Amino acid sequence: MNRAGTIVWFAHHEGRLAWRDWLSLMSGRRRSRCRVALGVIAIALVLHGFAYLVLHRYEDLSRPPDQRMLVVVTGMFALYGSLMLSQAMERVTRAFYGRGDLDLILSSPVAAWRLFAVRIGAIAVTTAVMSLALAASFINVLSWFGGLGWLAAYGVISAAAMVAVAVAVTFTAVLFRTIGPKLTRLCAQIVAAVIGASFAIGVQFGAILSYGTPSRVVLLQSEALTRYAPDSRSILWWPARAILGDLLALAVVFSISAATLAATICIFAPRLAQFALATGGVAQRSTRQGRRARPFRGTSPTRALRRKEWTLLQRDPWLTSQTLMQLLYLLPPAFLLWRGFYDGSASSALLVPILIIAAGQLAGSLAWLAISGEDAPDLIASAPVTNVCVVRAKTEAVMGVIAIIFGPFILALAVVAPISAFITVLGVASAAASATSIQFWFRTQAKRSHFRRRQNSSLVATFAEALSSFSWAGAGALAPANTWLAVIQGLLAFAIVAGAWFISPARSTARSSGGPQQDRTKRGDIFQAG
Amino acid sequence: MFRFAGLWRPRRFHAPIAKIDLGLWYRYYRAIPATIGPRAPPMNQHAPSLALEIRGLAKRFNQPAVDGLDLSVRAGEFYTLLGPNGAGKTTTLRMVMGLLRPDRGSITVFGIDALTDAVEAKHLTAWLSDEPMIYDKLTPMEYLEFVAGLWSVESNTAAARARELIEWLGLETQAHDRCEGLSRGMRQKVALAGALLHEPRLIILDEPFTGLDAGSTRLVRSVLRERVRAGCSVIMTTHILEVAERMADRIGVMVAGRLLAEGSLDDLRRQAGAGHANLEDTFLALLETGAAERTVAA
Repeated sequence: MNRAGTIVWFAHHEGRLAWRDWLSLMSGRRRSRCRVALGVIAIALVLHGFAYLVLHRYEDLSRPPDQRMLVVVTGMFALYGSLMLSQAMERVTRAFYGRGDLDLILSSPVAAWRLFAVRIGAIAVTTAVMSLALAASFINVLSWFGGLGWLAAYGVISAAAMVAVAVAVTFTAVLFRTIGPKLTRLCAQIVAAVIGASFAIGVQFGAILSYGTPSRVVLLQSEALTRYAPDSRSILWWPARAILGDLLALAVVFSISAATLAATICIFAPRLAQFALATGGVAQRSTRQGRRARPFRGTSPTRALRRKEWTLLQRDPWLTSQTLMQLLYLLPPAFLLWRGFYDGSASSALLVPILIIAAGQLAGSLAWLAISGEDAPDLIASAPVTNVCVVRAKTEAVMGVIAIIFGPFILALAVVAPISAFITVLGVASAAASATSIQFWFRTQAKRSHFRRRQNSSLVATFAEALSSFSWAGAGALAPANTWLAVIQGLLAFAIVAGAWFISPARSTARSSGGPQQDRTKRGDIFQAG
Repeated sequence: MFRFAGLWRPRRFHAPIAKIDLGLWYRYYRAIPATIGPRAPPMNQHAPSLALEIRGLAKRFNQPAVDGLDLSVRAGEFYTLLGPNGAGKTTTLRMVMGLLRPDRGSITVFGIDALTDAVEAKHLTAWLSDEPMIYDKLTPMEYLEFVAGLWSVESNTAAARARELIEWLGLETQAHDRCEGLSRGMRQKVALAGALLHEPRLIILDEPFTGLDAGSTRLVRSVLRERVRAGCSVIMTTHILEVAERMADRIGVMVAGRLLAEGSLDDLRRQAGAGHANLEDTFLALLETGAAERTVAA
């Protein structure tokens, strides 16, 4: 047993909590550990299959690195690194603002800096593990095609995670000092989302401007970029060289990253306790909405529910930013559409699937907020309102936002390509309806502040939501070219949604009770006999 | 508007007299002098004598939480449900409010089957739990506007009523601040205002005094008493035995999902068997007796 209050003791405590958290996330309530292991293996196989499909067309991955390969690898690494930095910033902010056990630890006589040192380290480990989990399939397939040297990418990604966390901690601390705890959270979250999207979007813009396609790889492989890139001996390529198996470069990159993280911990861990205390007072401050009383608006239960959803969404800038940041990815397609007005290109067809996927993803997020993120479920359930009325109101609230956001895109598309616009309307409506339905069937009561963890509540729902969006997008992409293939793809999307219903808790509850009722736990369930 | 004024009743309670001259009734109602807090609705002469009737109610989680419970609360009665932690009090009340589905049994609210006609029953009831059911990003006034929408209370009446409740609960200065900045006690007051906005005839409270200061507790007690005097029924769970002793017409003691004892304080004293001076001694004696009986039965 380690001595209480030491860094090792805190690390053991944090590690135990993280392990149990992960296990409960993976196992849910009913699944056995064996099924969890089988599920993880199945997902790994699918990811490796996907990586194989992507990489098998690239020839000669084992050749000595040339300028072009360095550019491509560095570009891809930068893309991935920007996502890691975004994730690290989000985790660091959450560590400061989520109270959890902070009150207990800060009120105890142990040195709080040790806890924060451990937490910064834990964030680095988590970021590395999550990034490696996603990248592992690609690294493994690359090492299969191109030699074992590619396995060094594991080390480079771990090093990148350390740097990302160091930058995130430093940036958050600077924000605390400059704009105060109240605005830091919002600002850091927005910056995190923008960083996560900016590099990818920037490369897409470049590709559209240069080659008229949103494909990032086309730009990274271009002759022009290769020609203007620094010389291959530049230190800019060291991470790429490390990825490609240069052990000296790997040692240097890893050492510098580890030193950066260690320095950040030494500098900022003692200060973070003060920041955490400062965040505690943020919730105590109230926001005034207006001084004068206005008359109540005459309303029906449906309208009241709808208006409430919109008001809550509008008043929570953090949630709004988290939700609407997905729309940043619509900027390149919008740019492509704008270019289409002038050059009369057929690129508008590319927009259809992009808009459908975006609508499905956004509808899923909004539906989670409206359905699972209901802050007063007992109030709604104890009101004289039928379940149908509640479902209708919440669906209308989601669809209203989707219509407002995607309406202008579709109108603009209608000017360029009316048929594509019509297909987009159908696709957006289908994808949004599918995502909303899946959220209804798999609803799990949670706080709205847990929005970022919504995917964790049900992996099946998350996959079903994504797959249905992609399938509807596929149907939308195929529709202008071949109607029958589009119909088949549409049927596939419908089958995915039907399959989600078939295995959803809502169906089993309805079957056992003979009605659309929920009854799961003592405190968290909602029973409506409407 | 008439629903708010207490003259509207769901179909089964439509009083013929209210249909004959609603205006007269409304004027009569407005003429009632205010006592403490918001006015309670006048009661229907033809209303059933039982506000709540529970028969054979059962709910099982990992083990039985409520086990064949029979319970009746009369119209105009203040009924307090006591019991140790895990006795099944909250589960019972949540089933009455339609927040949990019973495994078996029946629940009737003023003659309406609350399991088959839940929406109709909910028009008559209000629920206030120990955790305030409010939205952080809404102001108290906006919250009350939302509640008025859910219960379909006419907007002008609801606005006037909301102002009255806000004033009565001492929330005037916070009326237009978002609830996220309110203390726990204030949030509980906002939730209470929401529960009273639609003039319920059966008020169900689960530990309503959690987080309230002494002055607020007294205020809430006063208004609940006024409501009962005007004919409303109140069912409340609490661990503050002093409150139960002062307020309850009848007290039910639940243990292991069943009603161990029921009656007025004097009845309970008699059932407890010895000369216990206050409810706390009586309650503990009853629990000991119940535990001994269960041991023997086992």
